[in-house]
Amino acid sequence: MQDAACFKETMEEAQRDNPAIVVEDLKKVFRKRSGFAGTKVTEQWALKGISFRVEDREIYGILGPNGSGKSTLIRILSTLLIPDGGTVQILGHSLPRDEFWIRQHIGRVSVDAAFYKKLSARENLLYAAQLYGIKPADAQRRAMEILKRLRLESKRFNDPLEEMSRGMQQKVSVTRALLINPPLLLLDEPTTGLDPRSKRDVQEYLEDLRAEQGTTIVLTTHDMAEAERMCDRIAFLAHGRIVAEGIADELKAKAGVDNLEEAFIELTGEKFDDESEESS
Amino acid sequence: MIERIFRPMWAFVFRDFHLNRRYLNWVIVFTFYAVVNSATIALIGVAAHDFRLLLRLLLGAVTWSYLAAMFSEIAQSISWERWEGTLEYTFMAPVSRLVHLTGVSISATGYAVVRVVLVVLGLTLLVPFQLHGANLLGILVVLIVGSLAFMGLGLMAAVLPVMSPEHGGPATNIFQGLMLLVSGVYYPVAVLPKWLQPASVFSPATYALSASRQLLGVDNPKSTPGHLVGASLMDVLPQLGILLLMGAAMIPLGLFIFNRAEHWAKCTGKLKRTG
Repeated sequence: MQDAACFKETMEEAQRDNPAIVVEDLKKVFRKRSGFAGTKVTEQWALKGISFRVEDREIYGILGPNGSGKSTLIRILSTLLIPDGGTVQILGHSLPRDEFWIRQHIGRVSVDAAFYKKLSARENLLYAAQLYGIKPADAQRRAMEILKRLRLESKRFNDPLEEMSRGMQQKVSVTRALLINPPLLLLDEPTTGLDPRSKRDVQEYLEDLRAEQGTTIVLTTHDMAEAERMCDRIAFLAHGRIVAEGIADELKAKAGVDNLEEAFIELTGEKFDDESEESS
Repeated sequence: MIERIFRPMWAFVFRDFHLNRRYLNWVIVFTFYAVVNSATIALIGVAAHDFRLLLRLLLGAVTWSYLAAMFSEIAQSISWERWEGTLEYTFMAPVSRLVHLTGVSISATGYAVVRVVLVVLGLTLLVPFQLHGANLLGILVVLIVGSLAFMGLGLMAAVLPVMSPEHGGPATNIFQGLMLLVSGVYYPVAVLPKWLQPASVFSPATYALSASRQLLGVDNPKSTPGHLVGASLMDVLPQLGILLLMGAAMIPLGLFIFNRAEHWAKCTGKLKRTG
């Protein structure tokens, strides 16, 4: 694991005019209609004007309880949601103006491994690869390499996804995101619900990926240990706002505690396992 | 550049082929039902000892089987993705909606062609009919031209599941049912209530069936049970022209509506997985 303070120094020395992501005053509200003929409209603010930047080759963690706006943020960065305010720049390109270009350069893994369950891993991956214009033979070769490093047995490649465990499905999901070798990877709770071995396999591979390919990673997670292990910097997101940001040690020092979970509780004023309905 | 267009387009054909292969039991069940449904309709003509009625019903059943299968495959493609949970991944791929929906339409047409061939083969076993003298090549041309307009309608109907995760899929069936009602598939449009008859003007199936009947020779007084006198393609040029115009208008219109709906769904968060 890279020493966080050392990394911070390196980042500061690095050219900061080419960040991977720059988000300014980002807002998103969801409106729900109810009552007779849907005349009553209630607003639910998922993001209340958040700003942050993610440097090139950085692993940036976003921690927050359910309903804090993590998934909404990832969906906006993935071009799947249009924000109601603020600006987003990804790899030097603006959303939504350059969304087509951005789509070619990002990979996403969501908490649910969304696949055609009856299709095999091979069929799902070749379909996804062809959407990105990759030849099936090249895609198959790359998929096998990634799956091998994720420790998924190659004999499972032709099994339908529905016959795989959640851990295996999530490894296929990570493989799908990496088929295009994206410079930016958006991970929305990729290890939630995985057994310890699968979780470690995924985490190790992502760390190797950053070291070898220089991939920038945005990681949302519930797992404090995962965040502390993997992320160069961490943002605490609560009720649609970033309430604190920094390297793990800084956050702990700021809160005057010695572990990240206590820091979160101290700085956000809420427990991490708070359950509230995710707006999107 | 060509690879950037045709490979993603092919991806949808690749996906649908394997989905049909994996869900083969469903395909067999639906095809069996289509054969039986078409046969039971056509047998009404046999029971009536009226070869013109038999051919009218037969043509209606086969044509509708083809057009409905294609329409349904396109219209339900978004519902299917919602059900599987893959919609967001498809929509965040660097694929234009034109390429996406063209790929889906090609796949749907292929599926519909295979199914209608099986339906016709099944009918030959269950229903006594002969088509000597009919302009079958002409009917094929009409179906191909009519397919374009149905693709456009399918694209418009595919918007419904984008807009409403819960109700959009079933609502496409209402769309399809209305076309079946007003297009005169099994009866002349003139038997519809007067207030409903003008609606038939807007359905491409009306023109496809009208042209196909002429090409089959159903309404030609010179046709006999043993020898049909089918019209030439020149005789159905007006219907072909209308079908071409409908296709030329409905495909861009369908794409435009789809793009607007996608934008709306991205503003309101409706692309999120449900189910």
